[in-house]
Amino acid sequence: MTGIPNTDGNGRRGAAGEEIRIGFYVCHCGMNIASLVDVAAVAKEAAKLPHVIVSREYKYMCSDPGQEFIMQDIRENRLNRIVVAACSPNLHESTFRGAVARGGINPYFFQMVNIREHGSWVHTDAAAATAKAIDQVRAAVARVAKHRPLERRRMEVNQAVLIVGGGIAGITAALNLADAGKKVYLVEREPTIGGHMAKYDKTFPTLDCAACILTPKMSAVREHPNITLWTYSEVTKVDGHVGKFKVTVRRKPRYIDEETCVGCLECISACVFKTPKFEDEFNEGLGKRKPIYIPFPQAVPPLVTIDPETCLKFKTGKCKSPCETVCDRKAVDFSQTEKTEEIEVGAVIVATGFKAFDVTRLPIYGYGLYDNVYTALEVERMVTSSGPTGGEITLRDGRVPKSIGIIHCVGSRDKKTNRWCSRVCCMYSLKLAHLLREHTGADVYQFYIDMRCPGKGYDEFYERMLDEGVQMIRGRAAEVTDWTMSPEEEGKLVVRVEDTLAAYVRRIPVDMVVLSTGMEPAVGADEIRRMFNISCSTEGFFLEKHPKLAPVETATAGVFIAGCCQGPKDIPDTVAQAGAAAAQALALIDKGYVEMEPNTSYIDPDDCSGCKSCIPLCPYHAIAFDEGSKKAVINEALCTGCGTCVASCPSGSISQNLFEDDQIFSEIEEVLSHV
Amino acid sequence: MSEAWEPRIVAFFCNWCTYTAADLAGVSRLKYAPNLRTIRVMCSGRVDPQFVLEAFARGADGVLIGGCHPGDCHYISGNYKCLRRFKMLRRLVRDMGIEEGRLRLEWIAASEGEKLKNVVNEMVAHVRALGPLRLNQKFAEWDEEMNQLEHAVGEAQKAKEPVHA
Amino acid sequence: MTKRYTYFPGCSILGTGRACEESTRAVFAELGVELDDLEDWNCCGATAYMSVDEHKALALAARNLALADTKECPELTTPCSGCYLVLNKTQRYMEEYPRVGDKVKCALKDAGLNYTGRVRVRHMLDILVHDVGLDEVRKHVKRPLKNAKIAPYYGCQTVRPYLDFDHQHYPMTIDRLAEALGATPVHFPLKTRCCGGSQMGTLPNVAQRLCYAILREARRQGANLILSVCPLCHFNLDSYQPDIRRRFGEDVSITTMYYTQLVGLAFGMDPETLGLHRNMTWDGSWLEREVLAGATA
Repeated sequence: MTGIPNTDGNGRRGAAGEEIRIGFYVCHCGMNIASLVDVAAVAKEAAKLPHVIVSREYKYMCSDPGQEFIMQDIRENRLNRIVVAACSPNLHESTFRGAVARGGINPYFFQMVNIREHGSWVHTDAAAATAKAIDQVRAAVARVAKHRPLERRRMEVNQAVLIVGGGIAGITAALNLADAGKKVYLVEREPTIGGHMAKYDKTFPTLDCAACILTPKMSAVREHPNITLWTYSEVTKVDGHVGKFKVTVRRKPRYIDEETCVGCLECISACVFKTPKFEDEFNEGLGKRKPIYIPFPQAVPPLVTIDPETCLKFKTGKCKSPCETVCDRKAVDFSQTEKTEEIEVGAVIVATGFKAFDVTRLPIYGYGLYDNVYTALEVERMVTSSGPTGGEITLRDGRVPKSIGIIHCVGSRDKKTNRWCSRVCCMYSLKLAHLLREHTGADVYQFYIDMRCPGKGYDEFYERMLDEGVQMIRGRAAEVTDWTMSPEEEGKLVVRVEDTLAAYVRRIPVDMVVLSTGMEPAVGADEIRRMFNISCSTEGFFLEKHPKLAPVETATAGVFIAGCCQGPKDIPDTVAQAGAAAAQALALIDKGYVEMEPNTSYIDPDDCSGCKSCIPLCPYHAIAFDEGSKKAVINEALCTGCGTCVASCPSGSISQNLFEDDQIFSEIEEVLSHV
Repeated sequence: MSEAWEPRIVAFFCNWCTYTAADLAGVSRLKYAPNLRTIRVMCSGRVDPQFVLEAFARGADGVLIGGCHPGDCHYISGNYKCLRRFKMLRRLVRDMGIEEGRLRLEWIAASEGEKLKNVVNEMVAHVRALGPLRLNQKFAEWDEEMNQLEHAVGEAQKAKEPVHA
Repeated sequence: MTKRYTYFPGCSILGTGRACEESTRAVFAELGVELDDLEDWNCCGATAYMSVDEHKALALAARNLALADTKECPELTTPCSGCYLVLNKTQRYMEEYPRVGDKVKCALKDAGLNYTGRVRVRHMLDILVHDVGLDEVRKHVKRPLKNAKIAPYYGCQTVRPYLDFDHQHYPMTIDRLAEALGATPVHFPLKTRCCGGSQMGTLPNVAQRLCYAILREARRQGANLILSVCPLCHFNLDSYQPDIRRRFGEDVSITTMYYTQLVGLAFGMDPETLGLHRNMTWDGSWLEREVLAGATA
């Protein structure tokens, strides 16, 4: 790099040759910063630093007047470098870069100092926090003097979107995008889409039937010309970056030809197992299915699946396979093997949902020990008219329960298991109370810690349940036991609970116990997260870019999240979030191009010895060896700007824009300058 | 310097995990020692061993490198590259007489504000217990020692020469 | 390869818990486990002293840990659940609260003792089932106890809060041991419920009510024997059955014994060797009548 041009090609004023003139601004952030950091002292110190022409403090630098200051100073004081000491660059770096550009200089002639998240908010000693702020400001001022003008790169964006997970979130996002004319690939792990919602009977608080509102959407997915639906499939590999993700999808064999099967289900009746014998996953194990099955009648796609774990043809090889002979379309195909599909998409929406808490982790509630303890999902299947009992509430011993206890917060708000509130359990417990009363006329007791019913019509629903006569007992249930103390308890399950309103320990005998399980990250969430490079919060739910302002974006550009994979939420919130994710993905791809940060690496060919040590280091294969010149070359389009190659180049011939060695060295020097 | 000595720790934090964790610590109002001076890099893989040596040479009492957990690197594997360099660097630094604990590499995920706080507090306490490093001063002392040694060897040589002559 | 443990008997073993000691020694000797007695041990302070003067109570218990520290085998085992709890608690307190730990260490130093934290406190039930192993136990069974229906009673001090070898809410270690002896464990929802402990002396109405629930429920679940692992639990359940019958007007009589006594019976040992004659509820014909009759035929 020889000399820096006076202009950067866009008519903005450049720097080199020219005198460096730095403007420094420190933000009070109301009292957030100023209450601890002596902002006046920071401004005063900054004014003494080399090249600093103006040094100012202001209440809110990110506000319009704050930004106006910067622009005005650039014009009036001929500033060509700007440093702002305020909050985290993750929050407002782009805001200030915008102001700098509008002021007429290259936006990368800017450096931000974080004195809020890394300063006033985490320290208690004002003098020490101020000293730290001044050190960091000194480093930024020294660094910005060495900045060079940079341009953001533009890259073309593939117009297709991949959606992982076919629950209500994935379905909603897929339909939104497909309706906007975009190509959508919807990948679902199970044989059918619909997710957890397909298992529910009614939805709170309106009590409209889940199937009535979900199945039309599922059919719409199947019929939409812009949606390619791959069920029984999983994403196995993801390469590339925003605008151009290369995704590999593994399609498990269902031993049925998807093109020819019409879902007549003749094959299921023909199966050598005359009665269903195997645990039915869709019905939470309450029902049975055959080795050849369809999860539920409205499944989409309406295809049967053969389970090789239970099918005699696979187990013994000795089955006559009546399923094969009965199919007049010859759709049964035992020779089917796994297939892989490779697709390229511009954006990804991850909507992989949740897993219900495993109640066997809390043996105090007796699940598995006592027959009449059920999980909420099991009861959900039981109250569904198309479920394993046809909507009948019968206990495992055939009785109809006369009293039912619903225990809240099983695997939620509990330091021993999961600390978080799962948000939906209060409401679905009330809903189940209503449905169970409707089906059986039983007395229903709710054992709750707090009733959390925030939402449109939710608290009203709670009131309605109280009016209907649902018994509310405030207290976390201590245990479910069959230990009796009185004749009325004989043959019952006893819920022991400290009633914190009545202030004594109660024993409530019931016929049936329902455990309102909380939500946990889905099985396989960790692999998904790694493949798509999404961070997670401590509990394992996917981490959004910003909890308030970027709730569906992730730290990886072009990857969005929706639904319960991000955290527990109910159907309305999930649908809203899925719509938001679809809109974000649409905004990204519809523009046709993405702008990439310019912090890529580049090689100075004069210094490169052609040792090739950088080449295997790059995970993006962005570095190639040019046989002609015997030098390494970086493909800027592939470079993501991590800088790993820079740190490893033995001859020091690789540099990284915005993170040049001399810039970082000057930071080191300055933060230690007064030691 | 008239004020009491305070440990000075230079931190290189990757943008995606540890820098974000420090942001989270801020948003959560966790409190930790103000002895850190943070330099943001995009990836812990960018941390050139020279940065670390430069920091020590310029008077840092400790250097903390923060990256994403193994398998979680935003750039797939930059943290592994950092780890390899760190292992080599740790030996080098030890050979220079810099105590264990003055150079640390920590995996701190974006969600681990609490861990960031603990690591910083722990490291500051540890370095405080070790006392000032003053490597530049030590360089001068070592130079002086070398000079004296060379001088002594020279004198001995001179003394021996007549015997051989 | 004989297994060797440092053995801390605890005070109650020398009094009401003699049967526990006798059966424990007999069974472990049969299984080739060597119990190396901790010389000059002192009372662990039990749970009572903790509430009087915590520091002194910790120092008292820690003295035993420091004594065990000088032993070749760092695994300190005790047949009493109270001692197990107190020794464990002392160790955890000293680790978790360095200020407390330093103070206790200081006190020990004055007595010429050194605490390093090397000692690991083990419950004898844990050693029997996990170190010796149920396969080994099965090998020694000469008299499978086919008709014994066992209510396994762990008591609270075994499981709360330091149980590390089983589930705290619904442990199964005794259940599995009983099965290895050929007996049938019944589902026993009160297996970790408190028996009242030393309240039996001070607040008998409270403690007897707790024991009443346990005894009654064991019978209701179809058990003909309550197995306990702690001298105090055993004492309460074993000795107060007549009082409880009077107080609650219900016959709650059921045979109770230490798990080691039952193991010894299955091993074909003589009831007297196992101290069974010291049990209030022991009736010489019980084994023949309730357990062995028809079983071997």
